[in-house]
Amino acid sequence: MHIITVGLSHKTAPVELRELLAVPDSRMGEALQRLRTYPGIKEGMLLQTCNRVEVYAVVDQVESGFSAIQEFLVDSHLSLSAEQLLPHLYWHSGERTISHLFRVTASLDSMVVGEPQILGQVKEAFRLALTHNASGVILNKLVKKAISVAKRVRSETRIAENAVSVSYAAVELAKKVFGNLSARTVMLVGAGEMAKLAAQHLVNHGVRQVLLTTRDPVRARSVANRFQGLPIPFEEFRSEMAKADIVICSTGASHYLITAEDVLRAVRERKNRPIFLIDVSVPRNIDPAVRDVDNAFLFDIDDLEMHIEQNREERRAESVKAEVIAHEEVEVIQKWLQSLVATPTIVALRKRAEDIKQAELAKAFHRLSALSDQDREAVEGLASAIVNKLIHGPLVALKSATQSSNGSVYIDAARRFYDLDMSGNPQGGDSCVSTPQEISDQAKLNPSVAQVDVRPLVDPKVSHESQK
Amino acid sequence: MTVVFFQITLGLYFLGTVTFLICLVRRSEGLSKVALGLAGLGFFTHTVALALQLWSGDELKWVTFQKAMSFFSWSLVLVFLVAATRQYLQVLGSFILPLAFLSLVSTAILPAEAPILHPMFQGVWVHVTLSMLGTVGFAVAFVAGLMYLMQERLLKSKQFNVLSFKLPPLDFLDRLNQRSILLGFPFLTLGILTGAISAQISLGAYLSWNPEQIWALITWVFYLIVLMGRVTVGWRAKKAAYLTIVGFAGVLLTFLGVILKSSGASVS
Repeated sequence: MHIITVGLSHKTAPVELRELLAVPDSRMGEALQRLRTYPGIKEGMLLQTCNRVEVYAVVDQVESGFSAIQEFLVDSHLSLSAEQLLPHLYWHSGERTISHLFRVTASLDSMVVGEPQILGQVKEAFRLALTHNASGVILNKLVKKAISVAKRVRSETRIAENAVSVSYAAVELAKKVFGNLSARTVMLVGAGEMAKLAAQHLVNHGVRQVLLTTRDPVRARSVANRFQGLPIPFEEFRSEMAKADIVICSTGASHYLITAEDVLRAVRERKNRPIFLIDVSVPRNIDPAVRDVDNAFLFDIDDLEMHIEQNREERRAESVKAEVIAHEEVEVIQKWLQSLVATPTIVALRKRAEDIKQAELAKAFHRLSALSDQDREAVEGLASAIVNKLIHGPLVALKSATQSSNGSVYIDAARRFYDLDMSGNPQGGDSCVSTPQEISDQAKLNPSVAQVDVRPLVDPKVSHESQK
Repeated sequence: MTVVFFQITLGLYFLGTVTFLICLVRRSEGLSKVALGLAGLGFFTHTVALALQLWSGDELKWVTFQKAMSFFSWSLVLVFLVAATRQYLQVLGSFILPLAFLSLVSTAILPAEAPILHPMFQGVWVHVTLSMLGTVGFAVAFVAGLMYLMQERLLKSKQFNVLSFKLPPLDFLDRLNQRSILLGFPFLTLGILTGAISAQISLGAYLSWNPEQIWALITWVFYLIVLMGRVTVGWRAKKAAYLTIVGFAGVLLTFLGVILKSSGASVS
């Protein structure tokens, strides 16, 4: 059994395509159930955000799993052809799938590294997969681990500490001036989207009152209602400015609406209490000369961009630490998967030995039909003793293999020496060559062992190195 | 024994100062804890040293400038350690500890035997203690003003670095400035009154117009004006920050007056 993922993200596909791929929430349940009907798919989860659409699945065979998921994606979005979709997809299997899931959940693969929404989106995708019984033991364990890794990254690094959006940067800078924002008043001059967003953030951070002015009094009233704010006639906003601690300006005007004299007057009226001005309009609406007014702090869109660019750089530096954490955790989960693979190998080895013993005994008794019951018991005892002694060493080694870092080598060796992979490896890489006779023998001998072959999940480098 | 403890304290304050200054430009939780630990340890040895000095008895009536400065340094660190438990205020250490260290250094540099006043008036230590507590308030106001100007400069020039991250918000610093003066002022007032009384007893005149008294009065009037100015004409924010820095210079000149007077007294 293999863990794979197929999907596309902001890194591989344009937004037009991502939009087309999104499955409406109302149809997620149906989509998950349909995913399970594709051949070879044992478990599945569908993760979709505005920046990515990904299918995680536990499948019998990697290659057929990839094509099944591809088919699923095309079938789910009839407006898209396979030719349109294929160039934008990425495929991961085994360790890379785990690592990818961990990085995505920890917001290391996000467009804005460190953004907090992705964790909630993964949780939601997982919840849906659980509700519709699409996920199973392996995916459940993996996704839960991914969520805990994301939390660890958030608590141990500063990846999500600083603002990386313009509207939020306004809040962060306002806090540098005022500390606590409760009992503060913000004035919106003009009501551009970015200004409204910034005002919303400020209100969420406790700003008490919103004053609002636009040239169109009707619009002023409607926007003011949204913030339970107070509309102010446009002609009077300059004289009212002294009441505002924070002024956000975003109009379409082509000239300076607020001059240094206006601000100077406001600061005087405020008895030198600082005033914080944000100009998000292009061209600018606040005279840059305001910078020279004492106790007035003016930030235009470039200043805010510069601020968040610095924060982004810090996030990039922090993401290195986060990558290390994700990598560590991939190793942890691999140990678990290893134990998952060791147990069935032990069971299969016991069964194989027992089957060979029984088959050989049957052949022998057929030839030696004259044996007394006592002799038969003695021969059976002899066969059992030989078989048990022969497999004792390998069994002990396999049991301890789950604890060691190169356990996969033992498991792999046992499976080869005792020919436990009767169907062969689907990728054809490392299974031993069997004659048709042997394969049919194995099929007879070994029909019911529940094998979970997750060897490709185990780091191939480790086994190669150990083999050297 | 006392000397040894003072020397250990001096060493710890020095290390604390260096660590706290590094903390200003580097973001490291561990380093902040080390700095705080050094300050705490230094405060402990300082307390022991002061206690030993008190117990040694007869020295008490000989209130020297050194002892006053040592007490000032000790009170500063005490105020910081109490304040450091609050949000934003750990960064105070980067400013207060250097000040405390320098005050303690001054006790080591200045001539050892220079009593402030002739030991005729037993209660002179009341005057010194009150004045020093007032000075602690002004020192914190000075530090708040300094931090205000730094943060203001960083915001104006749009520099968002570790320092701007560590420094508290402007509004917080402005209120810290005001409250420190409000706390320091009554102590200074009482300090000056008790000083005048002790002068009357020892020298026979409430006011003899020596540099110490002149600067003390100027400082007192200055801080009174600063406080009034805030309420009436809005001397807050940047202006208040500048004024408290100037005011603290007045305090330092008063100290200088004390030293000059003492050394003059010891010569005569």
